[in-house]
Amino acid sequence: MSDVNAEISAVDHITNDQALLQIKDLHVWYELKRFGFGHAGYVRAVDNVRFVLEQGEAIACVGESGCGKSSLMKTILGLNIPTKGDVIFDNTSLSQTKGEDLRRYRSKIGYIQQDPFGALPPFMNVQSILEEPMIINGIKDKQERRRRIEKILEEVKLTPIEQVLPKFPHMLSGGQQQRVVIARAMIMEPKLLVADEPVSMLDASVRVEILRLLRKLQEEHHLAVLYITHDLSTVRYFSEYIFVMYAGQIVEFARMEDLLDNPKHPYTLALLEASSDPNADNALVQREIPKGEPPSLVNPPKGCRFHPRCPYMMEGICDVLEPPNIEVTPKHLVACWLYDEEKGHAI
Amino acid sequence: MEQQNELVLKVRNLRLYFNTHSGPVQAVDGVDFDLRKNEATVIIGESGCGKSSLAKAILRLLPRNAGTYDGEVWLHDKNIMKLDDESFRKEIRWKRISMVPQAAMNALNPVLKIGTQVAEPAMVHMNMNEEEATKAAVRMLEHVGVPVDFLHRYSFELSGGMRQRSALAMALVTLPDVVILDEPTSALDVLTQASIMNLMKRMKKELETSFILITHDIATSSELADNVAVMYAGQVVEVSDARRFFTKPLHPYSHALMASVPRLRETIEPEFITGQPPSLLNPPTGCRFKDRCPKRFEKCDEEPPTVLVDGDRKVKCWLYV
Amino acid sequence: MKGILSGLRQLRQYPTAIIGLIVIVILMIVAIVTPIVLPYNQAVKMWRGGEAVWRYYPRNASPAWTNWFRSTDLAGTVIIDSAKGDVEPVIEPISADTREARFSFEFDFPYDTFPPEIILFSSAAYKDKQPFVELTWITPDGREIRAGEFSSGASTSVRFDQDTRLQRRLERETGIKGISVIKGLFDDPNKEGVQVLQGTYRLDATALLFEPESSLDLAFVSYGKVYGIAGTDHQRRDLTIALLWGTPIAMAFGLLAALLTTFTTMGIAAFGVWIGGWVDAVIQRITEVNSIIPLLPILIMVGTLYSRSVWLMLGLVILLSIFGLGIKNYRAIFLQVKESPYIDAARAYGASDMRIIFRYLIPRILPLVIPAIVILVPSYVFLEASLAVLGLGDPFVPTWGKLINDANTQGALFSGYYYWILQPAALLMIAGLAFAMVGFALDRVFNPRLREL
Repeated sequence: MSDVNAEISAVDHITNDQALLQIKDLHVWYELKRFGFGHAGYVRAVDNVRFVLEQGEAIACVGESGCGKSSLMKTILGLNIPTKGDVIFDNTSLSQTKGEDLRRYRSKIGYIQQDPFGALPPFMNVQSILEEPMIINGIKDKQERRRRIEKILEEVKLTPIEQVLPKFPHMLSGGQQQRVVIARAMIMEPKLLVADEPVSMLDASVRVEILRLLRKLQEEHHLAVLYITHDLSTVRYFSEYIFVMYAGQIVEFARMEDLLDNPKHPYTLALLEASSDPNADNALVQREIPKGEPPSLVNPPKGCRFHPRCPYMMEGICDVLEPPNIEVTPKHLVACWLYDEEKGHAI
Repeated sequence: MEQQNELVLKVRNLRLYFNTHSGPVQAVDGVDFDLRKNEATVIIGESGCGKSSLAKAILRLLPRNAGTYDGEVWLHDKNIMKLDDESFRKEIRWKRISMVPQAAMNALNPVLKIGTQVAEPAMVHMNMNEEEATKAAVRMLEHVGVPVDFLHRYSFELSGGMRQRSALAMALVTLPDVVILDEPTSALDVLTQASIMNLMKRMKKELETSFILITHDIATSSELADNVAVMYAGQVVEVSDARRFFTKPLHPYSHALMASVPRLRETIEPEFITGQPPSLLNPPTGCRFKDRCPKRFEKCDEEPPTVLVDGDRKVKCWLYV
Repeated sequence: MKGILSGLRQLRQYPTAIIGLIVIVILMIVAIVTPIVLPYNQAVKMWRGGEAVWRYYPRNASPAWTNWFRSTDLAGTVIIDSAKGDVEPVIEPISADTREARFSFEFDFPYDTFPPEIILFSSAAYKDKQPFVELTWITPDGREIRAGEFSSGASTSVRFDQDTRLQRRLERETGIKGISVIKGLFDDPNKEGVQVLQGTYRLDATALLFEPESSLDLAFVSYGKVYGIAGTDHQRRDLTIALLWGTPIAMAFGLLAALLTTFTTMGIAAFGVWIGGWVDAVIQRITEVNSIIPLLPILIMVGTLYSRSVWLMLGLVILLSIFGLGIKNYRAIFLQVKESPYIDAARAYGASDMRIIFRYLIPRILPLVIPAIVILVPSYVFLEASLAVLGLGDPFVPTWGKLINDANTQGALFSGYYYWILQPAALLMIAGLAFAMVGFALDRVFNPRLREL
């Protein structure tokens, strides 16, 4: 099914053997069982996804719930096993890693979650929360642990340290909780941060503060960051690249400004149309929203997976053939027949 | 705003305190705002500012630890705070003022069919028989865009968007004067969110209903707002029409809040507000925002008055005195 | 841990919890002090001791405090034993070999009824010639009555009641035909009929010891109808011992069973949930099978055929409860906890399975479990008592349940010995109530949804 994708290897942001994180033709399928055994098909949560992420770069993954972004993220974190394809991080191939090595693989990636309160064990204080990853990963020297805690709390601006350490998560505000989550993700000095909607549960007034903090950490530590979000408006302040996922696949991949200012895929267009900036005029217009809902990942539609909802659907093409990745402008890829030189007619 | 619509709801000096072990929590502390026919007033505020308690106070859905509860709520020309609980329940709740509670789509009864659930308020509050109520439910479900064959499905068989629409139909089936929407789209996806907003814009025009939209999401709030009330630490600090609010907010808090919203189509660096909102247990005297306010001056230690600016905009700030 | 401590501090708001805690603390103190003061072996020996140990004690005497509720006080028990140093004999030499030892047993008798029996126990050491003892009874109003004489063997007991000469003397003294010895000794001559003369009585015993090496110990016992704090049973045994020793047994049984079953159950549930797959399935099936195996019949079977040791029963109860239905409850909770983002986070930073189970899953539900354990304690205490009542109690150790069992088989309620059943039953109820009060208060503290304002 992927021979049409062969041409994209020209673009170095899709394949690059030197990159820190390489996602290679990744498939994450969950088996559906009938009556506890007996095969009943697969949920194709991630279906043939490829991209790379270099040291010091931030990439944003945008998509709605059920588009496969969480499965992709969990696979990169080493919490899921690739069904097909591979994740290569820091020269370690995830599909070849097991047991103790897998645990070491996981510990090298920092993970920032959406719900900061849920992400912190409610029965541990900040000190234990921050020490846990270090104890688990064999930093036995107490002084060294203390030094790291002090350093990272300083960096995430949770001070005075002595007052913060004995506190339990419920004693902290949402913003402070998220800082603890970030500090925990950073304490093993990872090369890659995976941030899953890090600000969507926070109040508007602290969102920007947390985003800036993440950006600062990324720049100072030269981190690679995978930023997962459904909210396009926060992406502008964060990442170099964006890809948009729909029904388990990447539909568009581009530099950040390029994608936001010059979107190509009909689904990306719809997402941008649906996101609003504060403006009183909003109340006067009805927005153009594609009908229907994302397809089931057990039986995704034939051809382009967006075609049943797409206003530009070309019969005989979009509902039959899987669209290729087309490089419309340099480093701007879109999986849509509309941009095919022979078959398409651009919007 | 030359010709104004008829006033539907007028809230004056509404207070709702909660008793806790550590003292009274002043969740709603002297709130004033208005709502006109076929319009929507948006209550904007961050978590813990008392906006959900305001909804409870208007509908008199008080938790057991409710303490002080007074003020005036005028529905047309009737002060409904004067009604006793029984007549409030019979005459007002759901019949005149209904609500879509927070995360309503997850609050639907999993063992009742959608049709039955939507018909139920009509049966209970409008004394309709089952047949009439089902008819009303079908009409309303069609109105909000739920296919009729969903009538016999259970809520878990529906997508998030459809469930939210059903919850909306439940609130609208009694054709109330006012519908309170508490964070109606916060758990939904971008596209679903936008289509629900589309729906509500349509409802606002087509039905004889006014909306109170309670939200923390400023960008989404602008989709529906005719008027905006900004809440901070239990108080309304600014009331304004939406057009002037979104272009030029008055209160320093409104200003900071607007500046903190990341923009999709503009490249303004958003700014954050330093510090945290005060505890509602012992709110500071004077202006409650003063500790975080960039424009603070000596006067701010005294309780600020609510002043009229630009004719009919209200702001609770010493800067405009 | 801190959360748990602050939870305990919140308990102060609940007066019932305070009362419960005080009762539990008292029970605990008793449970700790009893084995120190009266070690296990000694207690077992005493309880199984029979007549030799208990002959100074009255049979089926009510507790002394029951007199507070009676209009006519029942006779109390008087035990004066020279071997224990209650009295010192005055010894005077009479000739080269012979000495005279005078014992003076003085006691108060403020009761309204006559004692059922009076016995003087004598034990002498001698080579050839037995010591000779002469008795004089001195009433509170100063009358002196010769109460007989006897030669003491190595172990002699003088039953006043059977002395016919004394009986005749007393008939003359009181002028009442057929009066029994005991009534005669205690009769008030100034009153109509036979009534107790209250006051200080004295029994003087003058003994002649004919050999230089010989010695004599006398013990005077006036058996009462009431005795001590807890009364006595049909074998004259002091119930205090059983009530005291019942406390550590009940506490140990209840606490150990509650703690061990809860924690192992929780551990197994957590393990099954976390590992999942066939491990979980096996645990589920074992639980289901185990849940239809009846506990009591198995205990009865083992008790009848193998051993009735309380510790064996404890082990058996724990073993059979580990795979109890608790696993299903904990499993439901753990399945939820397992989905928490913080568990994902822990996996992401490389926590091992065991660490996740013990550091992340189990601590999360401890607040739920602590009240459950406390509430569970009494049910195991009751289980132990029920076993004893069914006759499956430990044959050696005195427990609350065994007292009830003894009382039951001896027809205590039929004979009106209410104290025999009511005391252990009351202790069982108080212990159960105390744990329940603390447990329910803990539940409110740790599970705030139940908390009222």
